[in-house]
Amino acid sequence: MFPLTEENKHVAQLLFSTGSCPRCIFRFCGVDLHAPYKLSYKELLYELQKFLETEKGELILEVPNPPPKKIRLQELEDRINNLSQNGEGRVSSTEDGNIASKTSNLNVCNVCLGILQEFCEKEFIKKVCQKVEASGFEFTNLVFSVSFPPQLSVREHAAWLLVKQEMGKQNLSLGRNDIVQLKEAYKWITHPLFSEELGVPVDGKSLFEVSVVFAHPETVEDCHFLRAICPDCFKPAKNKQSVFTRMAVVKALNKIKEEDFLKQFPCPPNSPKTVCTVLEIECAHGAVFVAGRYNKYSRNLPQTPWIIDGERKLESSVEELISDHLLTVFKAESFNFSSSGREDVDVRTLGNGRPFAIELVNPHRVHFTSQEIKELQQKINKSSNKIQVRDLQLVTREAIGHMKEGEEEKTKTYSALIWTDKAIQKKDIEFLNDIKDLKIDQKTPLRVLHRRPLAVRARIIHSMETRYVDEHHFRLYLKTQAGTYIKEFVHGDFGRTKPNIGSLMDVTADILELDVESVDVDWPPALDD
Amino acid sequence: MEEALVCRREGEVVEALEVAMATELVAMEPTVPSLVDRYFTRWYKADVKGKPCEDHCILQHSNRICVITLAEAHPVLQSGKTIKSISYQISTNCSRLQNKVSGKFKRGAQFLTELAPLCKIYCSDGEEYTISSCVRGRLMEVNENILHKPSILQEKPSTEGYIAVVLPKFEESKSITEGLLTQKQYEEVVVKRTDAVSATS
Repeated sequence: MFPLTEENKHVAQLLFSTGSCPRCIFRFCGVDLHAPYKLSYKELLYELQKFLETEKGELILEVPNPPPKKIRLQELEDRINNLSQNGEGRVSSTEDGNIASKTSNLNVCNVCLGILQEFCEKEFIKKVCQKVEASGFEFTNLVFSVSFPPQLSVREHAAWLLVKQEMGKQNLSLGRNDIVQLKEAYKWITHPLFSEELGVPVDGKSLFEVSVVFAHPETVEDCHFLRAICPDCFKPAKNKQSVFTRMAVVKALNKIKEEDFLKQFPCPPNSPKTVCTVLEIECAHGAVFVAGRYNKYSRNLPQTPWIIDGERKLESSVEELISDHLLTVFKAESFNFSSSGREDVDVRTLGNGRPFAIELVNPHRVHFTSQEIKELQQKINKSSNKIQVRDLQLVTREAIGHMKEGEEEKTKTYSALIWTDKAIQKKDIEFLNDIKDLKIDQKTPLRVLHRRPLAVRARIIHSMETRYVDEHHFRLYLKTQAGTYIKEFVHGDFGRTKPNIGSLMDVTADILELDVESVDVDWPPALDD
Repeated sequence: MEEALVCRREGEVVEALEVAMATELVAMEPTVPSLVDRYFTRWYKADVKGKPCEDHCILQHSNRICVITLAEAHPVLQSGKTIKSISYQISTNCSRLQNKVSGKFKRGAQFLTELAPLCKIYCSDGEEYTISSCVRGRLMEVNENILHKPSILQEKPSTEGYIAVVLPKFEESKSITEGLLTQKQYEEVVVKRTDAVSATS
């Protein structure tokens, strides 16, 4: 049923005669039912003209502006196919072969610039969906985000003033909230079309985003007059190509006085020659997170790639050995690896391993059963004997918080092989077993001082256990506070870690081997393999 | 004179040395490379500021940080010398103890040139020695442990008895060693000295 009534006739007549499309007319008449908007443009045009015809003998069809442009479906397709070339749609001149009657008039709406004309209809949505399907993403729902050129807000404002004035003649008021917003109406129409075409629901919380950006080069300068009137709305900032962002324009429109606006901008807005161009159609999937624990069995493997001046100093790295497989399987663009602390190149990680979490950026594949994850874990473990992973699982973004908590708060245990210059007997190391919660002060070790601030760190060695090997060697097992530099605790780092094993035993001590025995974090949850 | 080489192979007895002019035996390499051996390169400056035998040894870490120490030949390290006190007050307005560094980029550090004095060492025999930086860069810290117990300087000059830590500019990290001697070059200097002494005696 046609949603406009007698009350709306003057406004509808005014808007139609000045160049606005049926759906924009609905919006300014406060039509908030979805169904009318979903009818086809052709049908709406026909119904509208029928509505305006009754009682009034004359019917203004022609717009007193430059001759109407008849846009055929073919041209619409051409425009969409031209997207890759700078997003500039080219308006080619048409042949006059397709005029059925004056009712198939396809003037570019002076308010929505075509957004609620062709860009919300099935043909266009189909083209967008084709691109979405071609992009190879796996998704079960989607969120649709659309961006309109800022000039639309200016035209909307002008149309509102026009309608407000007309309604004022009938002693009716029109608040901004009585008008249906362009974006809202656009989504009412397009969401069901997306769902139908792609077979998935539209969900605001979805991680899979389809975004379309419109521009209108012809009227880009329409907003510029606002800068003279409200200069502080348009301050240049980093990352902005143009100061005329939608937010800035809306802010200025709220500030500007009606009289000043009407002096600078035509009311009603003039009819443009071209419709909007589609600047981009992109899809992206929000990041997914995979966590687990890793063991490191090599004394020659860095945590992250070791590259100096473009030259790789050591082959591979912990993060690459784990993440490369995930990148492939999840078909992600890139990854961010984080772990609960880390160990040196020459230190092994034994026991239950060290917790880690990997953020996979823009993954194309996201749904995996726990069986598939198990297989992925086996694949990683088969591919290298330098590292092994366990408890591999999908987790949420909160994972990263757990990592950092583990790094800063949880204790770690180590075993070290220690050399002494003086010959020692079993009894010489026994006293170390009895020392509990030893406080030490560590200046930033010389080996990291080039990239860390100079500071003194107070740390605690909770407990130690010794195992005699021979006159110049013994094994030391220790449990320490997070952030303790073990090597420096053994050799003293030029006396900059005090006390240290050397000072406690009154010898010169050095560390030959170090292993991480455990990282005392109970996250991620253990899985039975 | 033949140069002596020391080598130790499995099961073989250490071979006897042919000694050169130097009367001391060349020390055998330790079986475990020390902390300094593993991470640092030794550079030397002999007769700093023209003062005979006031040799400095700069330990350069692979990350470009330099630890300033005294070389074995330095008078302060010879037997019989007792250190009365050490002072980091190098002028009325400048004390190395006031050096404050902040942040990852070590802002606020005192900038040192090669000849910048680090500290003064006063000995019980009345002698006074000034230790110089020998490298250009930002002063990170001076060793406060030797202030409280100067004997550490003599007991462990290459480790606990270090004088200062200097961070050269990134761009200069290779060039700072241009004015310094490698270990080999320094050993030749020492040999020449001993020759000169023997020749005159």
